Amino acid sequence: MRIAQALKGALLLDFIGAMGLGFRYLFRRKATINYPFEKNPLSPRFRGEHALRRYANGEERCIACKLCEAICPAQAITIEAEPRDDGSRRTTRYDIDMTKCIYCGFCQEACPVDAIVEGPNFEFATETREELFYDKEKLLANGDRWEREIARNLELDAPYR
Amino acid sequence: MSDTFKLVVDGKEVEVPREYTLLQACEEAGAEIPRFCFHERLSVAGNCRMCLVQWEGAPKPIASCAQTVGDMRMNPDGSPPNINTKGEYVENARNGVMEFLLINHPLDCPICDQGGECDLQDQAVAYGRSDSRYEMNKRAVEDKNMGPLVKTIMTRCIQCTRCVRFVAEVAGVEEIGMISRGEDAEITTYLEQSLTSELSGNVIDLCPVGALTSKPYAFNARPWELRKTESIDVMDAIGSSIRVDAKGAAVMRIMPRVNEEVNEEWLSDKSRFVWDGLGRQRLDTPYVRENGKLRPADWSEALSVVAEKLKGDASRIAAFAGDLACVEGMKAAKDLMIAVGATALDCRLSGQKLGITPSGDALPRESYILNPTLMGVEEADALLIIGANPRVEAAVWNARIRKAWLWNDLKVGLIGEPHDLTYDYTHVASSTSGLNDLGAFGDVLKNAKKPMIVVGEQAVVGDSGYATLKAAHELALECGAIVSGDDAWAGFGVLHNAASRVGALDVGFLPGEGAKSASEHLSSNCADLDTVILLGVDEVPMSQFGDSFVVYLGSHGDAGASRADVILPTAAYTEKNATYVNTEGRVQMTTAAVQPKGAAKEEWAIFRALSDLVGKTLPYNSADQLRDALREDVPSFAGMNFAPGNAGAEALSAPLPAATESLSDDPVFCPIGDFYLTNPIARASATMAECSLQKQTLEVSAAAE
Repeated sequence: MRIAQALKGALLLDFIGAMGLGFRYLFRRKATINYPFEKNPLSPRFRGEHALRRYANGEERCIACKLCEAICPAQAITIEAEPRDDGSRRTTRYDIDMTKCIYCGFCQEACPVDAIVEGPNFEFATETREELFYDKEKLLANGDRWEREIARNLELDAPYR
Repeated sequence: MSDTFKLVVDGKEVEVPREYTLLQACEEAGAEIPRFCFHERLSVAGNCRMCLVQWEGAPKPIASCAQTVGDMRMNPDGSPPNINTKGEYVENARNGVMEFLLINHPLDCPICDQGGECDLQDQAVAYGRSDSRYEMNKRAVEDKNMGPLVKTIMTRCIQCTRCVRFVAEVAGVEEIGMISRGEDAEITTYLEQSLTSELSGNVIDLCPVGALTSKPYAFNARPWELRKTESIDVMDAIGSSIRVDAKGAAVMRIMPRVNEEVNEEWLSDKSRFVWDGLGRQRLDTPYVRENGKLRPADWSEALSVVAEKLKGDASRIAAFAGDLACVEGMKAAKDLMIAVGATALDCRLSGQKLGITPSGDALPRESYILNPTLMGVEEADALLIIGANPRVEAAVWNARIRKAWLWNDLKVGLIGEPHDLTYDYTHVASSTSGLNDLGAFGDVLKNAKKPMIVVGEQAVVGDSGYATLKAAHELALECGAIVSGDDAWAGFGVLHNAASRVGALDVGFLPGEGAKSASEHLSSNCADLDTVILLGVDEVPMSQFGDSFVVYLGSHGDAGASRADVILPTAAYTEKNATYVNTEGRVQMTTAAVQPKGAAKEEWAIFRALSDLVGKTLPYNSADQLRDALREDVPSFAGMNFAPGNAGAEALSAPLPAATESLSDDPVFCPIGDFYLTNPIARASATMAECSLQKQTLEVSAAAE
């Protein structure tokens, strides 16, 4: 046993094996991508930046039920509501503190109308902390911007729900 | 037949009174019975069928709320009947009922204000299916107009009829009813008119689903985000137990708490919906008048201006307490006044002859509290109301009088302007001189076992005020309303209409030796006064303060604040721990639910600071020390949440000092013109303004017919 081990060492078998592996990967397709010009595919369940969605007719989905606010483990969501002029229940304030958020996705699980969702966007770094305190306007704008992707992801994930 | 009945509930034997319903008997045995239509304080309807239990041997499940225990029979072998509240049989029955209830109930919990505190939601978790088997269209029901307080979404209604029973039985205005049958059955108001009851807000609490919700609170908050503080209401002299629900710095709603002795579980609309006034028209910084205009100032400046005035001629300084003043503030004000040598204190601004006789002799505490207690009206068999309209002065108590009239055959007589009190009464006379000859009602009082005589504040106003009090007390002695000893019954009392009054009288916030009363000062336009300190006085004509320098302590910018020369902002009743004494002499405390607005401070702290500036430092540094001093001065403050009640019979059996004036022939009018706008907080409330407007329109249209 000890002799076999000594021979393996003397013949540099480990080195040769390692070199072989290196050479093999030299001819493989590279795993690194040219970010930000290239991006990896994302799962439809990816939980990125939040967005508030609208119905096709432009009406906002959120009905101020406050279930997302209640379930949020980081208490990152703040909602205030009031009857709108037409008597419907709407938020007057919908804030998410993105610095508190832990991206658990409970808010979109809790939402009865698929209004708050975590979209596929993960590139929302900012230069100042304040820019990460999202308000309703910002979240609705996110929803408008990402609606196509969000809708496709929800559809892809629907069979598993 | 014995008075009790034995039952075996889930294998546990219980013995309950025969008049109990099976539901109450099961609860006695510790079983939990789901229910929608059953309510302890309303008659039994038995129409929701949620409370089904199994009676072994019976062919069908039994609706336990509608089964009187005394009507049940023994098992064939003579053993007590066996009831099962659990098990597959009962579960199946209740699951079936729940499925039927949910057939037409919309799935709109996320937008429903009842969500999170909904009986149907909770019980659907226990008895509901996870999905629906119903494939047809759900029914929809048109919403009804119930006025500015109650929002209706009638599609959610499950026809439990609690609201119908409440307005018919407790509130006494039959304005809600159920029409049609089967699937078309719906709750409606007659003629689409808003409710005219002062207790209409209670249907919101009674509704087990979200069909009737609070309109001013609509969509404002969810129950789980509210900070709940147990406190005391100050809108009337009843001192109802309330729960203040706050979110952040704002009070979001006020709910009643169960207090059998005071408000049962009801609350008047003014107490319940006044909360939006707590956020409007607030005084949040001191003001000083300069060249005829009020300008914001800081505390040190405002206080030094007031201190300078207090150093002046003490005989020309007065302090008056208004309707919402707390005991702590009045105690500190009184101590400061005594320290500077001023004696012109008063809390009886409309000239009520309470607390002391017109010649200045002290009267016992029993002469100005409601000795028979609010609950005592249920024991009484005859009630004479002198110069009061309990429906607006003490709306919650009026419901209790109605209850006694309805179930205990209470006979009610009224002296004063006739009102619709929601129960039948004998109108004895319009003026207090009617006390000389009660007519047929005099015999009713004499023949009654426990007669009760209640004097309203308005009856003791004016020159003949003390004579009225004296005559009413004599009548009480004559007709046997005051019995001391083992079966004590103190059937004489005063019904106040302001939360501060009894506390003020207890503290002794009354004119000292030789000083004029507030009404005398006011009728002479305060010619003898240089400085007047007002503890939230807004209900008197401001021109009556003449040219005097007015210092106003209060929470809201109302009549007093606009007349004031210096405004010292104070905390409102939801923002401080303060003592109030209700009309029964029950000492109660509010609890701070939110912080005072802006720079506002508690009254006692303001007077403590002023005492430093005038060089007569008051001997307390905290509210607790002040309350200790108060308890030493006035022993009645030692007992909390307790009404002396019949213990007052002893003191009442002695006649009151003789009156010099005679009874008045002028009719006694109700002092409260508008139930919804009686104090600065209510006048700042948009909801109350809307109610007041609604009431006026209804009255105008009624007059037009």
